[in-house]
Amino acid sequence: MASHPINATKYVANDERMHWHDKALWFVREKRDKAAHGIPEWEQLRSYASTIKTHTMNKLDYYLEEFEKNASAKGIKVHWAKDGVEHNEIVHKLLKERSVTKLVKSKSMLTEECHLNPYLEQRGIEVIDTDLGERIVQLRNEPPSHIVLPAIHLKKMDVSDTFHEHLGTEKGNDDPTYLTRVARASLREDFLTAGAGLTGVNFAISETGGVVVCTNEGNADMGASLPKLHIASMGMEKIIPRLKDLSVFTRLLARSATGQAITSYTSHFHQPVEGGEMHIIIVDNKRAEFLANEKYRQALNCIRCGACMNTCPVYRRSGGHSYEHVIPGPIGSTIAAFKEPEKHSSLPFACTLCGSCTNVCPAKIDLDSQLYNHRQDLAQAGHLPTSKMLSMKIMTYLFNRPKLLDFAGYVGRKVVPKLPKFLIYNKFNVWGKTRDIPEFPEHSFKELYAKMQKEEREENDK
Amino acid sequence: MKIGLFIPCFMNELYPEASMATYKLLQKLDFDIEYPTNQTCCGQPMANSGCSKDVKSLAINFVNNFKKYDYIVAPSGSCVTMVKEHYATFFNHDDIDYNKVKTSIYEITEFLHDVIKPENLNFSQLSFPHKVGLHNSCHGHRALGLGSPTELNIPYNSKLENILSLVPNIELVELNRRDECCGFGGTFCVTEDAVSTAMGRDRIQDHIDSNVEVMTGADMSCLMHLQGLINRENKKLKVLHIAQILLGKDK
Amino acid sequence: MTSKELILDKIRKNNIVPKADLPEYDNFGITYENKFEEFSKILQTVGGDAISTSKEKLDEVILSLYADEKVIVSNVEESKLGNFIANDESDPHNLKHIDLAIVKGQFAVAENGSVWLKNNDNRHRSLYFIAQNIIIVVKKSDILNNMHEAYEQISFEDKGYGVFVSGPSKTADIEQSLVIGAHGPKSGYVIFID
Repeated sequence: MASHPINATKYVANDERMHWHDKALWFVREKRDKAAHGIPEWEQLRSYASTIKTHTMNKLDYYLEEFEKNASAKGIKVHWAKDGVEHNEIVHKLLKERSVTKLVKSKSMLTEECHLNPYLEQRGIEVIDTDLGERIVQLRNEPPSHIVLPAIHLKKMDVSDTFHEHLGTEKGNDDPTYLTRVARASLREDFLTAGAGLTGVNFAISETGGVVVCTNEGNADMGASLPKLHIASMGMEKIIPRLKDLSVFTRLLARSATGQAITSYTSHFHQPVEGGEMHIIIVDNKRAEFLANEKYRQALNCIRCGACMNTCPVYRRSGGHSYEHVIPGPIGSTIAAFKEPEKHSSLPFACTLCGSCTNVCPAKIDLDSQLYNHRQDLAQAGHLPTSKMLSMKIMTYLFNRPKLLDFAGYVGRKVVPKLPKFLIYNKFNVWGKTRDIPEFPEHSFKELYAKMQKEEREENDK
Repeated sequence: MKIGLFIPCFMNELYPEASMATYKLLQKLDFDIEYPTNQTCCGQPMANSGCSKDVKSLAINFVNNFKKYDYIVAPSGSCVTMVKEHYATFFNHDDIDYNKVKTSIYEITEFLHDVIKPENLNFSQLSFPHKVGLHNSCHGHRALGLGSPTELNIPYNSKLENILSLVPNIELVELNRRDECCGFGGTFCVTEDAVSTAMGRDRIQDHIDSNVEVMTGADMSCLMHLQGLINRENKKLKVLHIAQILLGKDK
Repeated sequence: MTSKELILDKIRKNNIVPKADLPEYDNFGITYENKFEEFSKILQTVGGDAISTSKEKLDEVILSLYADEKVIVSNVEESKLGNFIANDESDPHNLKHIDLAIVKGQFAVAENGSVWLKNNDNRHRSLYFIAQNIIIVVKKSDILNNMHEAYEQISFEDKGYGVFVSGPSKTADIEQSLVIGAHGPKSGYVIFID
């Protein structure tokens, strides 16, 4: 069972690295703030994004069908996959039929969700992740720890060691430019020899039947435009109604993600290359269920910018791997708890409900409310530890009985200050591991107030 | 005008001084204040743990205790938020008593700022010649709007700063991260104690790096968590609830 | 039932998302006194630069930036520097030796330092990425304020491919250090001519 607190405790224990990770992500949050504060109409843009997404989800079936119609008219083949397995089967079939043995892939969290890489590799197809961050974690055989900055948890010496092992770079040379140049050369060869390219989809436009992919590295385009086969995998919630609605999202996405005004490339794919083929795979994989749930439906409005994880004080100090879910942080926690509540029951509690995530979300998703609601749903469904439920029941019992509560407080104030330290600070006192308990006062406010009232009455009687 | 004083459960038991400061602050302003003695807890610890169903009896008790007052004032942003945002589920949407309570409940500084208004307050007899760091507790800050969150592109505002700057000789210090969470988070402080501690330590260090002498805020729960760390680690930082500063307590 | 039918069926059943009206963007969005200045400022922060010149001086400027490039492609009629015709190649892999691509941009966007490239007569879109360096040539009068104005100018009724390009390719994936030159061109400029 995935457990965030256990993973987080280990992460925090390496104090230097934990602080380094926290600072790195806070820096991204600050860049995002600067960008957001530079656009006077920023809050209006967020409202527009929320409205566009709500409108679209309300008519999702219509927009998907229009999308398919318009894409097909441009010579693009559209496939539908009900789940991750079917998605992988479709990809595999397309590659096998065309005798493709090497696939280059640009960033797609959807394909992580579907576990595409191992599926294809088990069937003899070489998959090269071409986004530099993804390539690094691929070579290290670990999952990405952030949806936009996959290798944010690694220091440059970690990358140097990995490249030395797999790409033959100089041992100990951790200069980012040097390492990037080597990766550039290596991946250029992969682009030139691949039989097919697979991209994710940032936005799919219903009105035109095309898809938009945003990158800084240019890897999606190299992968989609050199081989003859381009496959684009999209979660069905990526659809937006009109071309002009992109104006809102292209202004919000990069600024929210990294503080850039726009990514280096915002590619609009509306046809295959000359003599080539373009296929789009629309994937459900439990997205439809969100549409029926008022508490969680807004999670579908996510444009995968990562701003929520950059601002989350818990994510920054525990790292993406602590969440044990393809998408970490606030949006990952609500999606995970919705799809697999028992497995991910610790995630809605890996949160102080500070509300910062909701404020940075470009689509104004009610993230903190969703996490709060998940806690109620988990308790109802019996997925919370008995000890927790029990202590809450005891507290409620006390709080329903003011006189009993007063008495308990009175006893506590008399007894606790006199207890020897080892009775207060021991393994049962989790608070006391790192913090002193508050000083117990002689009287409660209520006692002081009652005394005050009594003295006032006596004064008045005189 | 009758004010009902709402003192959070743990403040009643552990922080009578800050609770009394709230009472006396209001008393100084010549209000008719009452502390209904049957109050216990707003239910936030249970609700945040997923047991909001258990809160219903507490919510009903709360509304019954406080429905007769024109204003309800509490020295806690998070408890006020609990009543305003999470009680709706226990009442019909047209419940007169709850709707009255919901619209008349304030955190103390919010009350001073929005209802009394800064120009009608007089702290001129006080003097607090110290460097003060303001901890913007999340619920008060983001849910009640006590200050403008750094995430949003809206005009700068801080009700807490506006009130504190009325105190002569006070020096409000700018922090590196103006509104990052302290890590208390209710039961989070024990269920995710490693991250909670790390977050608290970072907040404390921010104040120390900014040469703060006194840390203050409008939520005793945050301050309790931070004070616990400060004491354990012997940090040179004094902690006072904002009501204590406004009442004239020196550090 | 096909997967398509299954999915659409699931979507239609129990969809409780409320209706909402789509916004319109007329007269919406930040505008600039000096669009060229804003454009250049942003482009410089992402590793590129903007230069303003006359069409007569275009090649002179290009040569001052790239004196030693061997294989040059140009689809810009104002430049005579092209010595390799990309459109003659049927296989885009043969473009891999191109050192410099001089391409036409339809318009520039001041708010983010990007240029819209949609050249239907450019046979291989990979040209914009596979070249080691890139120069985009735009008319001085074709600078817009923001993306709302930009999308008013864009249409895909005729299929095709279009891309907003802002600076050369880059990455910060190695400990957040910005490295200019990832998989696309490793340097780039935008030249505005009259």
